[in-house]
Amino acid sequence: MTMPLMRPKRKNPVLRTRQINLPPSARGRVALGITAAAAEGRFELQVCGECSTVQYPPRSACQKCLSAALRWKPQTGHGELLSATTLHHSNDLFFRERLPWRLGLVELDAGPTVMVHLHGEVGDAPQRVRVGARLDRAGQAVLIGFPDEGTANMADDKMLREMASDPKFRKVLVTDGKTPVGQAMVRALVKAGADIVWVGHAEPWKKLGGLDDITALPQVSLVALDVTNGRSVTELAGEIGGKVDIVINTAELHRTFGIGSRRGTDVAKAEMEINYFGLLRLAQEFGPALKGRSADGATHATAWVNLLSVYALANFPPQGTFSASKAAAYSLSQCLRAEMRPAGIRVVNVFPGPIDDEWNQHMPPPKLAPEALASAIVKALRDGVEDVYPGDVAQEWLERWRDNPKILERELAINGG
Amino acid sequence: MARRNYEGVAVAVPITVPYLRYTTEGAHWFLGRAVRSLVDSSGIAKEDIDGLCVSSFSLAPDTAVGVTQHLGLSPRWLDHVPTGGASGVMCLRRAARAVQAGDAEVVACVAADTNHVDSFRQTLGGFSYFSRDASYPYGSGGPNSIFAMITAHYMRRFGARREDFGRIAVSQRQNALLNPNAMFKRPLTLDEYIGARPIADPLHLFDCVMPCAGAEAFLVMSESRARDLGLSHVLIHGAIERHNAFSSDPIMVRGGWRQDRDDLYAQAGVRPDALDFIQTYDDYPVIVMMHFEDLGFCEKGEGPAFVQAHTLTHDGTFPNNTSGGQLSAGQAGAAGGFLGVTESIRQLTGAAGGRSVPDAKLGLVAGFGMVTYDRCLCTGAVILGRSE
Repeated sequence: MTMPLMRPKRKNPVLRTRQINLPPSARGRVALGITAAAAEGRFELQVCGECSTVQYPPRSACQKCLSAALRWKPQTGHGELLSATTLHHSNDLFFRERLPWRLGLVELDAGPTVMVHLHGEVGDAPQRVRVGARLDRAGQAVLIGFPDEGTANMADDKMLREMASDPKFRKVLVTDGKTPVGQAMVRALVKAGADIVWVGHAEPWKKLGGLDDITALPQVSLVALDVTNGRSVTELAGEIGGKVDIVINTAELHRTFGIGSRRGTDVAKAEMEINYFGLLRLAQEFGPALKGRSADGATHATAWVNLLSVYALANFPPQGTFSASKAAAYSLSQCLRAEMRPAGIRVVNVFPGPIDDEWNQHMPPPKLAPEALASAIVKALRDGVEDVYPGDVAQEWLERWRDNPKILERELAINGG
Repeated sequence: MARRNYEGVAVAVPITVPYLRYTTEGAHWFLGRAVRSLVDSSGIAKEDIDGLCVSSFSLAPDTAVGVTQHLGLSPRWLDHVPTGGASGVMCLRRAARAVQAGDAEVVACVAADTNHVDSFRQTLGGFSYFSRDASYPYGSGGPNSIFAMITAHYMRRFGARREDFGRIAVSQRQNALLNPNAMFKRPLTLDEYIGARPIADPLHLFDCVMPCAGAEAFLVMSESRARDLGLSHVLIHGAIERHNAFSSDPIMVRGGWRQDRDDLYAQAGVRPDALDFIQTYDDYPVIVMMHFEDLGFCEKGEGPAFVQAHTLTHDGTFPNNTSGGQLSAGQAGAAGGFLGVTESIRQLTGAAGGRSVPDAKLGLVAGFGMVTYDRCLCTGAVILGRSE
């Protein structure tokens, strides 16, 4: 039984803000296959294409038949905890600051024995457990031994919280609250127990539907934020930058033009101004503040979420300039991820397919409901996932893109855009 | 083809370069001191050492190759044995074969490591591919984490208690008090052992070795050469080695000795009860207990009862780690893998002083090395006998 996380006391301003130490992040290239799967929330191990042996740690050859045909395949993670220990000493600063720390050896039903971090609800060996993969604060996959059946507050486990970015009791900035997605996001965060949700509002004179509803929530406060305006971003960062634990960048401009369907570059520039430069401005102003507070108590700064689009992977010609702006934002977010990593701040990229909003009026279903997108983002924060492809369309695009990006490009070009 | 025995090979000139907790000197310094002592103690000219076998964790970026130029040696046979705690036995085996084959006449076997203030932590993080990928990121406890789980599992399965492991540690400390080279100079009581601070449950402070700097070395040559030079020496009655044994055991409960022990005793033509002492590789007491079982002194799971039924000091009913072992002499990196060999030469040549095993004629040295992921991979053992 995990004790529910209590609201942390207000920080004593006299005390020094703790700085982050990361767990060991060195991994070989082969072992990064586990990280690649964990980044999307899956636990995968190497399986031999010839003899089906499941092996761990990852290798360059099958240890049974020496085949080089090794594939990463999802695992159920069911297994038996053979032994456990509680560390009272560690050679690494990250763990030293978090002792005591529990580990276990689990014999997976699939074959190999794996070393895991143990969830607090897992009792003494021997017993059944379920192993999953999570990204740790260094952004590298680690295996975790979960109880076979968890209780209600299991996400509040001290070790597990180190691997996740749960919004509970955290202070969140949603950069644009005017859109259906922004508003669904705010409501989902309040439901998830966020302490404060600041909601960006670019043009306060515009009265848009729904804004009054979310403003009425006690956790929510509207803040002036125009991501196309450097001064506006700077001013807000000066005001709340030192308090924000999670930034969720929902600001986007979405128009539906290709190259030939609209003359000039005004719309394309406006899209870039918000979708790409907006992210750049936010990252420059809020990024350093988040990095400085990434070990500041139980509800330290923890994550940065970018609302991208699955069109960032491959251009969708009917929305060609929008796709290009999202591709630019995706590329920049990879830079942001690299720069945030030394501080242990997770950058979560969200790649939805068409959202069920006014700008996708002409898109046939299935379309992603804003509420579904918002809850997918909250789930990603709770599960410590860093790449999210919510909904059926996004999943299908991803599968086609993974299979062969060139084929996908040709399929998308088939109707001349 | 039948395995050839080790007839005609002598092992002599045990050298210990005194251990230091920390030093600013590198591994090469300790290698230099060790080889110089081999030359001084044997009367063999440096130029006449035509074989070199090196074991070290802290030579990088050098290997044994760089050591030849560093120390001005020109051997015609060279080996670098990276098997850590098993390297003493394995260097000895290789050197003996080189001498038998005539590839070298005098082989210097040397293990040395330095220990800087921060070097142990750095060694752990980059110890192996698998430790980097699959164990160091989990709490960074180093081998303590793995052996804690192996110990906890062993205790649950076979009913061992901390007191049983304590008997091993306390006896070794008694031996160490009679070894001038041992790092630990104060007696250890069972109460102190039990009451020590926890490191990784169920391991406590005195279950763990203390990393330090130092070197161990010996010479391997033909028996006739040793006799001509008037060097006290011992003879090799049998030797085994094994790597990655029992890899399908989900957690370590036995070492590779179990697979090869019949071969070992057949080579020596003796049964385990003929041995006068044993030098085990004591990285953790549970492993000492596994040596007793897997080398045939008792059955699997009888380790705790065996320990209770015996006194393990140099003058006891079952002398184990008469130097104090690594638990009480210190673990000078790869030199820890040589400690049992040098100590056995001393025991069998009457050079063990106050910790001598009375009338020792035959002793067993076991090696155990290299935790690359969830267990040690290298095991070996050699039976050494007094030269009449």
